Amino acid sequence: MTLMPTASATVGPYLHIGLVPLSVNDIAKDASKGETIIISGRVLDGEGQPVPDALVEFWQANADGKYAHPEDTQAKPLDGKFTGFGRVPTDKEGRYSFTTVKPGAVPGPGNSLQAPHIVICLFMRGMLKHLYTRIYFSDESAANANDPVLGLVEDAARRPTLIADRTAGKAEYRWDIRMQGEGETVFFDC
Amino acid sequence: MSQLIGYKRPAPGTQPNYLHAPYQSSIKRAPGKPLVKLTQTLSEITGPVYGHDRVGPLDNDLTKQHAGEPLGERIVLSGRLLDESGRPVPHSLIEIWQANACGRYPHPGDQHDAPLDPNFTGYGRAVTDAEGRYRFVTIKPGAYPWRNHHNAWRPQHIHFSLFGPSFMTRLVTQMYFPGDPLLPFDPIFNCVTDQRARDSMVSKFDFETTIPEFALGYQWDIVLRGRDATPMENK
Repeated sequence: MTLMPTASATVGPYLHIGLVPLSVNDIAKDASKGETIIISGRVLDGEGQPVPDALVEFWQANADGKYAHPEDTQAKPLDGKFTGFGRVPTDKEGRYSFTTVKPGAVPGPGNSLQAPHIVICLFMRGMLKHLYTRIYFSDESAANANDPVLGLVEDAARRPTLIADRTAGKAEYRWDIRMQGEGETVFFDC
Repeated sequence: MSQLIGYKRPAPGTQPNYLHAPYQSSIKRAPGKPLVKLTQTLSEITGPVYGHDRVGPLDNDLTKQHAGEPLGERIVLSGRLLDESGRPVPHSLIEIWQANACGRYPHPGDQHDAPLDPNFTGYGRAVTDAEGRYRFVTIKPGAYPWRNHHNAWRPQHIHFSLFGPSFMTRLVTQMYFPGDPLLPFDPIFNCVTDQRARDSMVSKFDFETTIPEFALGYQWDIVLRGRDATPMENK
């Protein structure tokens, strides 16, 4: 039997009613190791206007580079109750923020190693299906240079849209999402 | 690592494009550049095992969340969460949200001149059972106007959010009701060009689900992306 996957539809303007009750903006509190970091930024539309009705979901490995999922069979430890998943809505100014621990490196295709990263799933009113993108870290430039997924972005000038900038002297990163135009974020078809 | 088996891409036309001009809000929010094709890695094929422990026994009954009963036509809505091979997706979180019987959401952004119902929030959640089944008791939502174009009305619908086993199976969609006269005019419903895919968003009236002297029943199965036939890598 082969069934057709159900079509996606927009979350619409009232997504907060259905998706905020189980939002999670701090998953670092469940981790026993790793550097606690804050990632924040804005979601901006094609005119540079803030998107106040977006939802950012994030998925990542723990500080050792292990996913809390049965298909991650690496011989690395899980970290207690750390799920690696959270979701945050944007506010009226299109801002989002979440607290997590910096993930470890995970395996890529073949024998490659992926630079530390967080997978992002983005929803908003006006978007008929969700988009995937990734957050890498500006203080991992050597690992980023060899990352097989960043390497898929042929226009190297667009790769920085996937890299969160670490604020000097703080465990904080800034990462904006731009839907169109100059600095348009790279989104993945996966 | 053991072999990784990825998730299939849906067939062309069975999912919406990001830019669908009749849906005006998509114009400034669809990506301007083509997406970068990515072969799924461990980061994609894994995904959150989330929310199954956050569901209480009454969370799937939207008519029992307040002191009184909400107004409107009570309905029972049930079905199965499946993958493309027809296999059930068990123990997976389902979140739903919807307008009240008058077509109004208790949300600061909803300015439609229709009454709120103090006994209806329009939010529910459930976890699929071992056979992938879910069940909600709720009120049939009303149609409501929106400002996409002149005299634009959304058909009656319920928003559904699904997870499945991977971040690749994540899905948010809308379920519609059979025979709704607004369906042919709705740009959100009609953004899917394949008619069979469009029709799969419409629930079916079902006497087996209907409870005598209590509520009409509707059935709706949801299908998540399935697995590729072959592993992506060998190590």
